[in-house]
Amino acid sequence: MIRLIDVHKEYDNGTKALKGINLRIDDGEFVFLVGPSGSGKSTIVKLLTGEVTASRGRVIVNGYNLNNIRRWQIPHMRRTLGVIFQDFRLIEKKTVQGNLEFAMRTVGASGREMRKRIPYVLDLVGLDSKEDAYPNEMSGGEQQRVAIARALVNNPKMIIADEPTGNLDPRRSLEIMTLLERINAMGTTMLVVTHERDLVNRFSKRVVAIKDGELIRDGQGGYYRA
Amino acid sequence: MRRFNLGYFIKEGFTSIFSHGLMSFAAVCMIVACLIIMGSFSLLAVNVDNMLSQLEEENEFLAFIDEDYTESQISALMEQVRRLDNVGEVKFITREQAKADYLKGHETEGLYVNLPDEVLRDRLSIHVIDLERFSETVETVKNMPGVANYRAANEVAEGFVAVRNAVTALAMVLVGILALVSLFIISNTTRLAAFARREEIAIMKMCGATDGFVRWPFIVEGLILGLMGAVLAFLLQWAVYTAVSGALLKNGGGDLLTLMDFKALWKRVLAVFLASGAAIGALGSGFAIRKFLQV
Repeated sequence: MIRLIDVHKEYDNGTKALKGINLRIDDGEFVFLVGPSGSGKSTIVKLLTGEVTASRGRVIVNGYNLNNIRRWQIPHMRRTLGVIFQDFRLIEKKTVQGNLEFAMRTVGASGREMRKRIPYVLDLVGLDSKEDAYPNEMSGGEQQRVAIARALVNNPKMIIADEPTGNLDPRRSLEIMTLLERINAMGTTMLVVTHERDLVNRFSKRVVAIKDGELIRDGQGGYYRA
Repeated sequence: MRRFNLGYFIKEGFTSIFSHGLMSFAAVCMIVACLIIMGSFSLLAVNVDNMLSQLEEENEFLAFIDEDYTESQISALMEQVRRLDNVGEVKFITREQAKADYLKGHETEGLYVNLPDEVLRDRLSIHVIDLERFSETVETVKNMPGVANYRAANEVAEGFVAVRNAVTALAMVLVGILALVSLFIISNTTRLAAFARREEIAIMKMCGATDGFVRWPFIVEGLILGLMGAVLAFLLQWAVYTAVSGALLKNGGGDLLTLMDFKALWKRVLAVFLASGAAIGALGSGFAIRKFLQV
């Protein structure tokens, strides 16, 4: 569950990225966060992952109050999240299996746990025969599936996908979005940050729109207009 | 889920060393150089200290006793001197003994042979424990009632103490400076390694890695580099010490110098090198990685 209460964010250079955002996302929801470049979408993602802190207001992520979270608690908060990036951010010198093991080892998983979890997740994202492939041997769509598998492998409560289809063609984008929808149907909360209007409009989901740091629209089965 | 995976940290540490082999090699070389310079000065200080300790063992001065003093007064004076905390041994030498000692080597010279016993005084030979307090002890004894005069080589004692203090101070300053230089170099090596892996670190942090989990492989890497440098430096130090001490003794230094055998020192040298190498490696890496943990 995410709660943003009257959140303001002003960077050191004086840029006011967020101006009083109020937002609530309950467990199991699928939400598109939309808005033009520079509207404050990335700042919201950074606030939710604990990369930056709010200048004012309250940020609560999966039970952690990020306003007064201790430094040592941040890793534990992040383990409740899976993050997917536009540029995949895979480790090129590691295989698919290696990338997933890397993510699991990070949270202290044992070899046994990895052997059990990784094949399941790869099967879920449709890459069960690709565990030994390296990222540069795969298409963009496949690489993003690996990134999704990595986000899922530690069984997070919520996935935050920051422009997950930004580097993909429309057909692959649709496949990825369908996969995210399927994962959401299995119970994982999904926050997808995007500015791809066609894709958002194709799925009948809740759409939260921001512009110039302010929330301008929030509606179920919403429609994203420019 | 396990919290601490030592095998993984060691594996990652080794992998990182070989992934930027040239920088690792440079770091080891610098640690070797720094440890050898530190070691050489420390060994010099140890040897000077050792020579001084030997001198201290022989170090004594004479206090001449007032001719009017009776035997019981002399005994009381001896007891008074013996009670001083910097005095080791006090020996009473009669004027007859003193004359006999004096005449050794002058037996053929008539002038000395006919010297009457009364010319010389009874005396106390006083052994001093700490050379650094030599003058202070002489001063105390000199002012005691019954002490008519004294003979002490203050300048020689003070000279040796000054040399020892200077060498020790120089060694300490150099050790400090070189330790900082080594820390800086290890730190830079780790910083480069961390920079090359910043993307991986960011992914780790985003997946929920603790600072410790990210930091440990780098600390292990620094530790391995430090220990490798320490072992190499120890072997080189051994060779250099043996060669230099051999050359010094061969070229006439044996009459003046008493150099310690490396076999008597190697355990201490190895322990200090390993501890210094490990500390420099681990601390340097620990400092370097801090910036990259701010994700």
